[in-house]
Amino acid sequence: MSMIDSNRKTSDALIELESISKVYGTGGAAMHALRGIDLRIAPGEFVAVMGPSGSGKSTCMNILGCLDPPTAGSYRFKGVKVETLSRDQRAVLRRHFLGFVFQGFNLLKRTSALENVELPLVYRGIPAAIRRTKARQALDDVGLTGWASHTSGELSGGQQQRVAIARAIVTQPEVLLADEPTGNLDSERSREVMALLTRFNRDRGITIVMVTHEPDMAAYADRQIHFTDGVIDHRHQGGIE
Amino acid sequence: MFWETVFLALREIRRNVMRSALTTLGIVIGVAAVITMVTLGNGATAQVTSEISSLGSNLLQVRPGQGPRGPGGKRSDAENLKMADAEAINREISGLTAVAPVFSQGAQAIYGNENWATTVSGSTNAYLTVRNWTLEKGRDFTDREMRGGRTVCILGDTVRDELFGGQNPIGATIRLEKLSCEVIGVLKSKGQSSMGSDQDDFVLIPLRTIQRRVAGNQDVQDIFVSTKDGVSTTKVKADIERLIRERRHISDDEDDNFNVQDMQEIMSTVTGTTRVLTALLGAVAAVSLLVGGIGIMNIMLVSVTERTREIGTRLAIGALEREVLMQFLVEAVVLSCFGGLAGIALGLTAARIGAGSLGIPFIFNPGIVIIAFLFSAGVGVLFGYFPARKAARLDPIEALRHE
Repeated sequence: MSMIDSNRKTSDALIELESISKVYGTGGAAMHALRGIDLRIAPGEFVAVMGPSGSGKSTCMNILGCLDPPTAGSYRFKGVKVETLSRDQRAVLRRHFLGFVFQGFNLLKRTSALENVELPLVYRGIPAAIRRTKARQALDDVGLTGWASHTSGELSGGQQQRVAIARAIVTQPEVLLADEPTGNLDSERSREVMALLTRFNRDRGITIVMVTHEPDMAAYADRQIHFTDGVIDHRHQGGIE
Repeated sequence: MFWETVFLALREIRRNVMRSALTTLGIVIGVAAVITMVTLGNGATAQVTSEISSLGSNLLQVRPGQGPRGPGGKRSDAENLKMADAEAINREISGLTAVAPVFSQGAQAIYGNENWATTVSGSTNAYLTVRNWTLEKGRDFTDREMRGGRTVCILGDTVRDELFGGQNPIGATIRLEKLSCEVIGVLKSKGQSSMGSDQDDFVLIPLRTIQRRVAGNQDVQDIFVSTKDGVSTTKVKADIERLIRERRHISDDEDDNFNVQDMQEIMSTVTGTTRVLTALLGAVAAVSLLVGGIGIMNIMLVSVTERTREIGTRLAIGALEREVLMQFLVEAVVLSCFGGLAGIALGLTAARIGAGSLGIPFIFNPGIVIIAFLFSAGVGVLFGYFPARKAARLDPIEALRHE
């Protein structure tokens, strides 16, 4: 509702979606995943994205994560029009400003925790010695001191997700996109993960956008956004002013 | 970043040692086959070359009839060469070192209880010159022995060994059919010829002796002619052909009923043949290299499918298309290079063993080793590119969802 001033050049928003739509397929088989989304996220916000499956929240996350271009509409990330970027340019944007945490952790198999955390630094072209130091620091930050040489198979689910968080924050991204980060974890591990995310949000000012099904987890966020049938359902909004 | 990628590839290969080894097996066998075949082929060529030149350098051979001697040859219907032909060549052709007319016949050589079927060749001392024979023991014929047709003989090493074993044959008398001959010399062994016959298996007696006592005429079968260094054998060959045509009254519209063979010509023909064979074997072996490449492509495709989520993660984290492409391409190339190195080691070992058992020289050719290695690396690039491109073009979202 507060999007009336959308044509004003806003310098305070980190993420600005304007009437974003996404259509898969064409003609009669076309599937409208998103139907005109307007969304602004300010730096340092912690936003929970909720909604039933098929409501468009995953599609929206993929667009926010610059993994998928929108069919129509405008997406400004730090003022950059993402829809005009090439595939490789979006990759560069991701490697410099975005961190990803997935439901299934997606750590490299048979690879040590330390090497997993180093991975995004490799693509930034950071020398090995500095990489190692930073990765160790990130593992310390998620409370996995001493687990650096363990491979993902040797770690519990909660530990794997913490390695994944270390991998996401080691580059000091502006935005961390978490897709059901607690989906595969029990409530105890979930709380640990949420504590970590909250801490990085509060202490480091990392903007977090998190998809979740669980209201308990969404409650950690500053703001909740509900998706229904490809649009943001504003009735649910404003739980927190 | 490049070494980073190589390191990454090495780690990936180490993670799956068994599969990597099996993947490269095709390349290993391909490279090993190329190297073994080419090395053995080169050895055989060198062997043939050295054997033909041991027949005598600058050697020409005049024979009656056309085409090569042997079953089906036209030898029988052509008139034999005469002693006078050899004398005429010696007299009228310039640039020669020696002319050796030869008359040969199979005969049983007997000494005591020992009995050996061999060839008796009648010729002159010039025969030793033109065919590069040297005496191991004893002496060659005297002029008197040659002119008078005396019953003296010089033994090839095989005949000496068969009849005398370890004993000294000089001065002994052997029987060649009905002819009793005194042994005056023994020749140094030359071993097998390139055609597989034993060059040492013959007895040399004066030409006059065999003509008088055995053949009963003045015919000769072959005339060997050796030319001076620097004299063109082609020119001498043409001169001899003209002379013999004249002596045999062959008119211009008739074909020769004799032929003059140039050993250098034969040598280049034979070495040419072995080279072609070597190239052919190498080419066949190279095909197995390509098959090895297909093996690499197959496994890389499996690997890309298996690691789809990993690729998705890398792309999400910010890997560029070409970085993922490089990762998989380098992996394929590193694999095939390992295969190449192993194949080189295996091939050289096999060639060494093969050369030893075939009795041909082992000739290490760095050129073929380098070519085989580069070829295997090239196979890696060629067959690694398609799977690598497949990996690089994956949609990160779908790749992340892949189970």
